[in-house]
Amino acid sequence: MPSLKSFRVRIASVKSTRKITKALNLVAASKLRRAQEAAVNARPFAERMERVLANLGASMVGNPGAPKLLSGTGREDTHLVIVATSDRGLAGGFNSNIAKLARQHIAKLLAAGKQVKILAIGRKGRDALRRDYSRNIIDTIELGGVKAVGFATAHGIATRVLDMYEAGEFDIATIFYSRFQSVISQVPTMQRLIPAEVSQAPGAAASADLNGAIYTYEPDEEEILADLLPRNVAVQIFRAMLENAASFFGAQMTAMDNATRNAGDVIDKLTIQYNRTRQAMITKELIEIISGAEAL
Amino acid sequence: MAEKLHFDLVSPEKLLYSASADMVVVPGSEGDFGVLAGHAPLISIVRTGIIDVKGSEDGADLRIFVRGGLAEVTPAGLTVLAEEAMPFEDLKAADLDARLRDLEEDFADAAEGRTKRHLGEALDQLRQVRALVA
Repeated sequence: MPSLKSFRVRIASVKSTRKITKALNLVAASKLRRAQEAAVNARPFAERMERVLANLGASMVGNPGAPKLLSGTGREDTHLVIVATSDRGLAGGFNSNIAKLARQHIAKLLAAGKQVKILAIGRKGRDALRRDYSRNIIDTIELGGVKAVGFATAHGIATRVLDMYEAGEFDIATIFYSRFQSVISQVPTMQRLIPAEVSQAPGAAASADLNGAIYTYEPDEEEILADLLPRNVAVQIFRAMLENAASFFGAQMTAMDNATRNAGDVIDKLTIQYNRTRQAMITKELIEIISGAEAL
Repeated sequence: MAEKLHFDLVSPEKLLYSASADMVVVPGSEGDFGVLAGHAPLISIVRTGIIDVKGSEDGADLRIFVRGGLAEVTPAGLTVLAEEAMPFEDLKAADLDARLRDLEEDFADAAEGRTKRHLGEALDQLRQVRALVA
């Protein structure tokens, strides 16, 4: 039978664990609010950009003069896979879900005989992919001390990606991140960055609210597109990072909530066992005394 | 003035400014242009420069420094998407000088071609803004 002391020690240890998870839960909750706000604030820019791009892109698709960022290089041999995760763990399946989706995609590409290059944003994603694809990882961008994701960070990453594209180091870029749906549900998502995905539907909607009028472009459509597409890459990366940040804190909040509840359950169970053992010991001592007295 | 123009200034991080004004002068890549209510639909690249907001809601004129972006005029109003924006009064000569130095270095290092041309344009535009700041 375990001693009473060992029970007390275990209960104390689980209690302190519960304190930590509880604190982390609260921290994640408050950070989540900020991250969510940032994601919402970033939406108008991305939406308007998308609308303009859709308008322009629809008229440029199939045009031989279309910029490479829109039409692609004409090959699809080398893929750049950008995996955006977090630097920290303790967030349930957040990082592993993104990594899993990315891994499936990479495996499919490799099986098809394509070249794959991996750019990891966030340490956890790199760690998860390093086991299987260490040769494919070209670099890791650690978010480290970055408190809140700023546009400058995303812009820096975008510049790198674009430089690589200009240098012909890859043909297609895809980004993996977690879309924030709600506090309890984050959806790992894959999105093609280069060549740009231009949806046709919003374009039609946008021209409708012009009452049939036609945009004047200054300078011309081609130059605007050439200016806009690189910016769009930065905006998309920025959005992915913001969504990721919100998702991370959501996942962490849920995970820590579960952990806190689980710790509570463990404490209850241990306390019952502790009391039972204590009572058994008292009973045993009583029996010893009584039977001792009877023997006299 | 009878009709006011609705003006939104959006940065990637948030909606910076949303109000009505009599006229907004935007530094387009092909030259400054003024937008009044009822302007024809237009999409233009915005160069580094100053946006002039005349007759905003509180009556005061506003000057805003923007870098890189896009202006879109629709019947609903004017939207400027800027990668960076701040009130003109907050511009510091020292910051601008530092940026100019960075750009000059980049320009000197860049290989001939499109990037170099772009950097050259950016440099010219920033110099113009710098000239406005005492």
